[in-house]
Amino acid sequence: MTLLEVDGLDVRYGDFQALSGVRLHVDRGRAMALIGANGAGKTTLLRTIAGALTGSAGRIRYDGTDITGAPPHRRIRQGIAMVPEGRRLFPSLTVEENILIGASAAASPDWPLDRIYDTFPIIARRRRHRASALSGGEQQAVAIGRALAAGPSLLLLDEISLGLAPRVIAELYEMLAGLRAAGATLVIVEQDLQRALDACDDLTCLLEGRVVLTGPAAGVQRDEVVAAYFGVSTAGRADGVPSPAPGPSGGPPGRRATGPAEPPGDSEGRP
Amino acid sequence: MKAPEMTAGLPPAVSVSRWSRAGSATAGASALTVLLLVAVPFVVGGPAEQPLITLFTFVALASLWNLLAGFSGLTSIGQQAYLGLGAYTLYLAAVHGVNPYLAVLVGAVVAAVAALPVSALVLRLTGGYFAIATWVVAEVFEILATLSPSVGGNTGVSVPGLAGYSPVLRQALTYWVTLAVTVACVLGVYLLVRMRLGLDTRAVASDPVAAASAGVRVGRARRLAYLAAALGTGAVGGVLALQTLYVEPSSVFSVQYSVYMLFMVLIGGMGTMEGPVIGAVALFVLQETLSGYGAWYLVVVGGLAGAAVLLAPRGLWGWAAGRWGWSLLPVGYRLRPGRGARPM
Amino acid sequence: MNWVNAAVQGILLGGEYALIACGLSLTFGVMRLVNIAHGDLAVCGAYGALVLSAALGVPVWYTLPLLLPAAFGIGMALQVLLFGRALRAGILAPVMVTFGLSVVIENLLTAGATSDPRGLNGGGLALASFGIGPHITVSWLLATAFLTACLVLSLLQVALARTSWGRQVRATADDLDTARLVGVRVMPVFASVAGIGVATAALAGVFIGTISTFDPLTGTDSLIFAFEAVVIGGLGSLWGTLAGGVSLGVVQVVVGQVNQEYAVLAVHLLFLLVLAVRPSGLFAGSALEQA
Repeated sequence: MTLLEVDGLDVRYGDFQALSGVRLHVDRGRAMALIGANGAGKTTLLRTIAGALTGSAGRIRYDGTDITGAPPHRRIRQGIAMVPEGRRLFPSLTVEENILIGASAAASPDWPLDRIYDTFPIIARRRRHRASALSGGEQQAVAIGRALAAGPSLLLLDEISLGLAPRVIAELYEMLAGLRAAGATLVIVEQDLQRALDACDDLTCLLEGRVVLTGPAAGVQRDEVVAAYFGVSTAGRADGVPSPAPGPSGGPPGRRATGPAEPPGDSEGRP
Repeated sequence: MKAPEMTAGLPPAVSVSRWSRAGSATAGASALTVLLLVAVPFVVGGPAEQPLITLFTFVALASLWNLLAGFSGLTSIGQQAYLGLGAYTLYLAAVHGVNPYLAVLVGAVVAAVAALPVSALVLRLTGGYFAIATWVVAEVFEILATLSPSVGGNTGVSVPGLAGYSPVLRQALTYWVTLAVTVACVLGVYLLVRMRLGLDTRAVASDPVAAASAGVRVGRARRLAYLAAALGTGAVGGVLALQTLYVEPSSVFSVQYSVYMLFMVLIGGMGTMEGPVIGAVALFVLQETLSGYGAWYLVVVGGLAGAAVLLAPRGLWGWAAGRWGWSLLPVGYRLRPGRGARPM
Repeated sequence: MNWVNAAVQGILLGGEYALIACGLSLTFGVMRLVNIAHGDLAVCGAYGALVLSAALGVPVWYTLPLLLPAAFGIGMALQVLLFGRALRAGILAPVMVTFGLSVVIENLLTAGATSDPRGLNGGGLALASFGIGPHITVSWLLATAFLTACLVLSLLQVALARTSWGRQVRATADDLDTARLVGVRVMPVFASVAGIGVATAALAGVFIGTISTFDPLTGTDSLIFAFEAVVIGGLGSLWGTLAGGVSLGVVQVVVGQVNQEYAVLAVHLLFLLVLAVRPSGLFAGSALEQA
């Protein structure tokens, strides 16, 4: 049952095209890993789904409703919440205030403060402290708590493991597994490929603003993923060393065409 | 003036030029116009000179403010500080025997020197707070003038040293000096903007952080623009003293000059060379038609300027340049398909 | 030379400056908008009180229940129609738009009300005074202005610290982008802040009008003093603004005891000194400091 559907999405920053023809869908109750190199467009995609950015073309459907032009607060009321990259807590607000502000658009009876503190005991003790005084792991917990305060059905998480110790990351992912077990739908941007594959049901890989690989995580080989991630091919060389292969915009990577762009490959991409 | 060719062994896909045929035509036409204007006192005489003096002053002020706001991102509403400083310096120099017409240069230099410590203070702020700080500085200068008996305090002083000239000659000389200062200001701004400083300040105006990370010395670029504008504005202040023959604090330090500068640059077109000239003409026309209406005149000027920001931010020239690609005096870099370009 | 009395007068006067400055400080802290027309809006409040008080035949204080809500509404309208668009139009636009607005207001007032100085009828409050000890005489009016300023600042601090609205305002001031992302509706936040800015300005204008005289150009002086109070106190701190206002008031009155002509100059020089030596102000805080 499809909860989120993105269709033909183009997003531009001024003259720069960040996303082109992005198509993906996320089924209810499943976790989608969104991977790709820096600058591939993962954060742009998440932010557009959350409503912070507007695309220049394409549609986004949530639970059957077209939400393409809707502002963030309306999407939150419908059940989408985002944990932004770098945490982005409000420095002059306390932990508790940061969490409460997540409920500005929609307070949820399922996720009262107490439940959030139970889920993240480490921040319960620090509830009256300024957010800026917390450690990275604690801040990440608060950021997730802020998103949960709205009681979302779809949770978007952007690089939650950035700058955190492995033990802390493991705890966070355990918590996410708990959320999934409770029926939440997740889209997770994650640099750590193995963790992404382990934690998620489905995988989408972006390269330079286009989807180059998508499907169930169990069904892809690791080298397929690497190839899609970097836009290189491991096929055709006896020693298995990757060689430059056509990327989605045509032409060898590293030498951008001086004339018009080659016709784009299909959005499903090829390794 | 072509940029060096790329050396990759490939023919360049684009060529970069900084000049254009229209630029040469304009330069020629402008030089011719200046020559004609110089001849006006001989050919046409008195009645034509006064309005032209006003117009030249407007053009100079507009070009200088454009250097600050249009090219360097510094919206100062305190340039009148240097107008007053230039005017009072001219008076003091004249009192000490310097020829008043030459004293304009003294006024310019003193203004630039005064701008050194001022810039160290006000450039610590940006945006709206910078703007108000420049206004405070102007207020301080005004108060200092009203408190100084040596420059006549509140009542002001009349400019000495001009009694020896006949009124006709006096007006002609004032006319030529105003024209000279205006040409110098416009030319000066143009050269500054075409030099490295121009690119630096525009980068800073657009995005200081990105500019700094590209190696632009942000503080230095702004400082130079501010000092250059002070130099020019000081000269215009001296010219104002010559025009009115009287210097008093409340008129020469009036914030109304800033209102005018804002209007001219916004209506004409920020960040272009042609814009200020058009804006100056627009203000001149407005003044001629509306000055009888007292406060309503300023309501119109201020209102139009504010409206222009929201509704027509590129000004008259900017709009025309955008629509029809006009450019008489290029300040940027034009890219054209070069010899090696593939057909599009 | 009664220095103590002068200092007390200066402190009380500082309350008036803080009242007019707090709106400027709030709108800048939350929206990054420097409203150059702020002082003129305060003077509009004075003129509004003048008209209402003459029409209703009461001392100005009784006009406040009408004046302040109207000012709040005007502030919201200005935000939606003008300031919001200016903020979206680029970094230089707000300065130029608010400067243009300032010119328009001052000249409309001149055209409509002439440049004659006016005063407001403060009723009995304006005339009475009380003594503290043998050396200090305090006018009730000045004391009321100071207490009002403290009250307004306290109410604002409490509202910012304890209410859900205040939380949204502080979050928006910290990080506009993320605030939108987590569902804060930024337009109503901005509109309410602008409304408060103009309402506090109008209230300050009424005090200015009763304590001294005013004319269409008084707005300029008010703006400059408000701005200096904010910078001296430290951008982003409401109580810092009070401290800044008090510094201005004390310097102005004390120097005025020596030589009235130098009083205003001394204030400007204090501002320039703080800018030179400690540009972050005496009490610098984060985007919106809590008490």
